[in-house]
Amino acid sequence: MASVQYREIDGRSGGFYVLVATLGIFIAAGLGAAWTMEHQGHHITGMSNRIVWGTPHVFAVFLIVAASGALNVASIASVFGRELYKPLARLSGLLAVTLLAGGLAVLVLDLGRPERLIVAMTHYNFKSIFAWNIFLYTGFFAVVALYLWTMFERRMNRHTKPAGLVAFVWRLVLTTGTGSIFGFLVAREPYASALLAPLFIIMSFSFGLAIFVLVLMAACRWTGRALGDVVLKRLRTLLGVFVAAVLYFVAIHHLTNLYIARQHDVERFFLWEGGVYTALFWLGQVLVGGVVPLALLFGTSSRRALAAAGVCVILGGLAQLYVLIIGGQAYPQLMFPEKEVASSFFDGVVAAYAPSLPEVALGVGGVALALVLTMLGLKLLPFLPHSLADAAAAKA
Amino acid sequence: MRTVRIAALLLAAAASAAALADAPVIRIERGEACVAPTQEMRRDHMDMLLHQRDRTMREGLREPRFSLKGCVDCHASQKTGSVLGKDGFCSSCHEYAAVSIDCFECHTPQRAARAAAARP
Amino acid sequence: MNPERRHLLGWGAAAAMGAALAPGLRLIELAQARSPEEAASALQRWGLLIDITKCGECDACVTACHEENGVVSNGRPATDAQWIRKVSLRDKRTGYAQTLPLMCQHCEHPPCVDVCPTGASFKRDDGIVLVDKHTCIGCRYCVMACPYGARSFIHEAVSGQKADVPRGKGTVESCTLCVHRVDRGETPACVEACNKDGGKAMAFGDLNDRDSAIHKRLRTEPSSQIRADLALNTGVRYQGL
Repeated sequence: MASVQYREIDGRSGGFYVLVATLGIFIAAGLGAAWTMEHQGHHITGMSNRIVWGTPHVFAVFLIVAASGALNVASIASVFGRELYKPLARLSGLLAVTLLAGGLAVLVLDLGRPERLIVAMTHYNFKSIFAWNIFLYTGFFAVVALYLWTMFERRMNRHTKPAGLVAFVWRLVLTTGTGSIFGFLVAREPYASALLAPLFIIMSFSFGLAIFVLVLMAACRWTGRALGDVVLKRLRTLLGVFVAAVLYFVAIHHLTNLYIARQHDVERFFLWEGGVYTALFWLGQVLVGGVVPLALLFGTSSRRALAAAGVCVILGGLAQLYVLIIGGQAYPQLMFPEKEVASSFFDGVVAAYAPSLPEVALGVGGVALALVLTMLGLKLLPFLPHSLADAAAAKA
Repeated sequence: MRTVRIAALLLAAAASAAALADAPVIRIERGEACVAPTQEMRRDHMDMLLHQRDRTMREGLREPRFSLKGCVDCHASQKTGSVLGKDGFCSSCHEYAAVSIDCFECHTPQRAARAAAARP
Repeated sequence: MNPERRHLLGWGAAAAMGAALAPGLRLIELAQARSPEEAASALQRWGLLIDITKCGECDACVTACHEENGVVSNGRPATDAQWIRKVSLRDKRTGYAQTLPLMCQHCEHPPCVDVCPTGASFKRDDGIVLVDKHTCIGCRYCVMACPYGARSFIHEAVSGQKADVPRGKGTVESCTLCVHRVDRGETPACVEACNKDGGKAMAFGDLNDRDSAIHKRLRTEPSSQIRADLALNTGVRYQGL
């Protein structure tokens, strides 16, 4: 295998500083939102006692799921031995860490008592999948850092494969845990399902790769590094397969529910009568997040189409998580079958929710944090190959 | 002469700063003694609180000697009825030592004895 | 030593031993009021029995609970805490209407306890499900998990708390079965108000005590749980559902 040259990006151009500054503004806005939420209480947000997880959680779960998926490329290289992906492994590891950092920042800052993070890290109820996730998330940082080290340190290169295997298994467990946060909720019709864990795994493949492709294309283009078609063709096909797989899981989930009489009301809500949730499901999740990317990825082979497909997958993914997390809470809990229910606590009705500015600012701030950390990583350490031109890739 | 004037100004500033330093105001207005000796309370009250809160919450042990309500009832200022605020028993030392406590975000700092006495 | 003194010393020692051991031993079942120095015991299981045929438009339970526990409205119904609420039901096919009070059901297998990452949501030995606000980080996972929507997240700063009922911003709370009253040997405020001002629909007692009124009624009259299919074995049982 030809030895790949990696090099830090210069990170001294006007464009670089403008981008960092812009992202910095978003981060500051996110921090300001968190500060206000913490001081005034969550009543200033759109969240309520019926919808306790809102827009910040949509962004946080998206980033966490994408983080695990972003490591996919490195796993394909190290665990499955595909030489073509090896030059991309370092960037893949970097994105995994930065996306997770962004997601966790949003999650922690949204807590009712974020200053009690140390309590969360010292008191564990091991029956809670959430507690396991805290271990899995923090451990993921360590595992990926170790994995990256085996890639950077020449003498450790022979340990890359076992480290990659550990990282691969770890992220599968992590994503299973994230999906199970919802899958284990016995009392909510839209959630209680063993299907959610594998759905999250396949979502992570799709979202993570979409972000990886966009970051790779942007990084190479803005630093003038060659990015050949061979690499992109592989990534394009892979992304298409993942998007199709997500559509399959979603279809199975809903088709099974449609077969069960007890679940008809839930399905009617999501697929037909749910207002904004129905619109986001069909237009956002299925059309923009599924059908359009498939057309772009398999119909053409232009780079712009690939980038557009990546953006569509991300938007569709956010829509999917919005429908899942917020729509799932908006749908009333079934306590009294065959009865119309009403109360002062909004039982029996679809709960109202609208994203508020602090929530959106916090969520976007997390995305900005992930991107800034990626940019700093690229500048400080040689994550990006010098060239991914076809000649170099073909040799591999 | 000028040096003397500057020195005098500096001394005055230092003196007033020392006088302004909010030394804790410990006013014991009720009871002969606390539930434990003063030195022990000063040294260990934080550990006693942390330990006891779990005993009360998790096990339902409500020994009157260690009740936080009891502490507040006794130590609350006669004037304000609270252990917080200016010269409040808890806040006075804690602000001086810059150790923030969040007990009273949830627990009321107000004495409840009057309400308890009024209960039929 | 003369025999009388020996006897006296013997009895004295026995009495001293008994006094030392007594708090730990329970040779007879606990009476309702346990002393403050005694821990909650798994020998007891507190529960409620609510006959909703006696509930009308009355909401004495709700008013009493919120008064007892210092739960005040901030004029924001979506985010204000509610520890208990009246739920109106109307049968979709027949139109038959009923109301019932709904609060934390104090399950034997509470989903909220299972999901809490820090163990702040816990079940005391005597069956009362509580939130330890010292460890609650305000993640709201328990609010997601509760099948009864019993939990509230405190969305704004609280002041003027009742001395017996600490509550604060950023943590989650729910009906405590008036644990501060139960530990003193009293009944929950809702039960007291219902029996005084309401329809006398609510009964409170020790579900494990065969001689208690509530146990006798549960043994001889039909009753049900909300969402019995979840097999949570709730401590709150209903009649007339």
